[in-house]
Amino acid sequence: MITLEFVYALMGVMLAGIAIVNLRDSTSAKRYVNAAFWGLYSVTFLAGSHLPNLLNGLIVIAMVLVTTIGKLGGAPAEQSTRAEREASAAAWGNRLFVPALTIPAVTLLGTLTLKYIVIRGTPLVDPKQVTLISLGLATVVALIVGVVMLRPAASGPIVEARRLMDAVGWAAVLPQTLAALGAMFALAGVGPIIAGIVQRWIPLDTPIAAVTAYTLGMALFTVIMGNAFAAFPVMTAGIGLPLVVNHFGGNVTVAAAVGMLSGFCGTLMTPMAANFNIVPVALLEIPDEYAVIRAQIPTALLMLVANTAIMYLFVFHK
Amino acid sequence: MLPLIGILVVVAGFGLRLNPLLVVTTAAVVTGLAAGHAILDVIAAFGKAFVESRSVAIVWLALPVIGLLERAGLKERARIVIARISVATTGRLLLAYLGVRQVTSALGLTSLGGHAQMVRPLIAPMAEAAAEHRLGELPDATRYRIRAHAAAADNVGVFFGEDIFIAIGSILLIRGFLDQNGIHVEPTALAVWAVPPAICALVIHGARLLMLDRSLTRTATPVATEHSMAALPQDDLVS
Repeated sequence: MITLEFVYALMGVMLAGIAIVNLRDSTSAKRYVNAAFWGLYSVTFLAGSHLPNLLNGLIVIAMVLVTTIGKLGGAPAEQSTRAEREASAAAWGNRLFVPALTIPAVTLLGTLTLKYIVIRGTPLVDPKQVTLISLGLATVVALIVGVVMLRPAASGPIVEARRLMDAVGWAAVLPQTLAALGAMFALAGVGPIIAGIVQRWIPLDTPIAAVTAYTLGMALFTVIMGNAFAAFPVMTAGIGLPLVVNHFGGNVTVAAAVGMLSGFCGTLMTPMAANFNIVPVALLEIPDEYAVIRAQIPTALLMLVANTAIMYLFVFHK
Repeated sequence: MLPLIGILVVVAGFGLRLNPLLVVTTAAVVTGLAAGHAILDVIAAFGKAFVESRSVAIVWLALPVIGLLERAGLKERARIVIARISVATTGRLLLAYLGVRQVTSALGLTSLGGHAQMVRPLIAPMAEAAAEHRLGELPDATRYRIRAHAAAADNVGVFFGEDIFIAIGSILLIRGFLDQNGIHVEPTALAVWAVPPAICALVIHGARLLMLDRSLTRTATPVATEHSMAALPQDDLVS
């Protein structure tokens, strides 16, 4: 059975390759720093599931120290000129889109079909992780299509991956670190403390106040946690269920569904949601690290108002 | 109250613009210690959670093929294609992507879009090219603004689309949480209530994208008459 472990092994191999390309790049002043960073990250994919938790934690801390003390080097200089790429684009035409669009196409196909393939009683892929495994497999298929079509040097794919990965840098690891922070918050009981503060200090004696406290609380706590999933149990147990639903007689389905979406408004506004807001800044090579958040804040605030209005109008409707 | 010190670390760290990786890791360790756990237990819990969330990194597997294609001129090709569609503007293109992203996410296909697979290689270059074609050579600040909007359209689309799909993580989380509290709700009922916010998001963000076109026209330098696309070699679509 193909499990996520297989996809993690692919990631580990790719990251190890990126570390080696960095190590062998004598033109880079940061070759050892970058090689150490991606090499350590590679270990968490290749061996992370088998290492003791403490060792994994120490590896992550080592990566953080490498980043802060050694300072990662950015992307290497482009090896191709714009004129070369334009000539190549003219020669290949729209066929260039084929490998790129192979990724979504195969992901879709895999998501829809792989769960039905059973060989001698064992499913071919882990049924719980079909989408992620399909995405992993799709990148491999796309790479094969791209290599067959473009016939690059053998080192081409990994050299190009290194160029992009070094451009993203430490931001690539931030989403996982934030997930780990969320786990620590949960361990330390941060959520119930916040819910207690809201209940004690904010007057919630009208339906509109309760609804607003719930939607705003979801958004604000999501801004802090970077994740609406972490905010939902806290705010729903603290405000949504006791006040909106039980005290004022609101409909639990409306409250929960729109409450979660109010949290998503918070996700659009916080650097803590790094994979949505910080990673693309690095990936698109934008200098202002809050550029994506700035583009999203007006939509997020208007949607928060819209969600509050939707909840208030329909949650008490019998 | 003591565990809240971790939140202070985060706010102060981001405020001082320290390296976010350092800020977040420090906050995690401080929070664990403040809650009375031993340092080694805190590091172990941190490592465990880090390893368990590796699945968010799978998109990086797209980089080798995306890098190869970029080297072969993928972005340049995306620009040529968009320049040929005369009605294409940055705002309209991103509005179309927003709509497609919402609909595919509502069908559970959240992995079809994304910053690494779609935005960097295709959507952002196309959005830039549409503005370039209309307004001439763009200043860097405008380019960055368009790229940020390309990423934002992806985020808004997936956030306010995915909850219409009944088997998505957030719907499962809502059900699981309510079940623990002795309340049973149907996933389809939850999904139905994700539709009104989805429509609001399309209208609100869509209107902002169309306003982006007007704003780009206003900020475009009037002297920029030179067509950047004119420098590109012309070729046939079927080449």
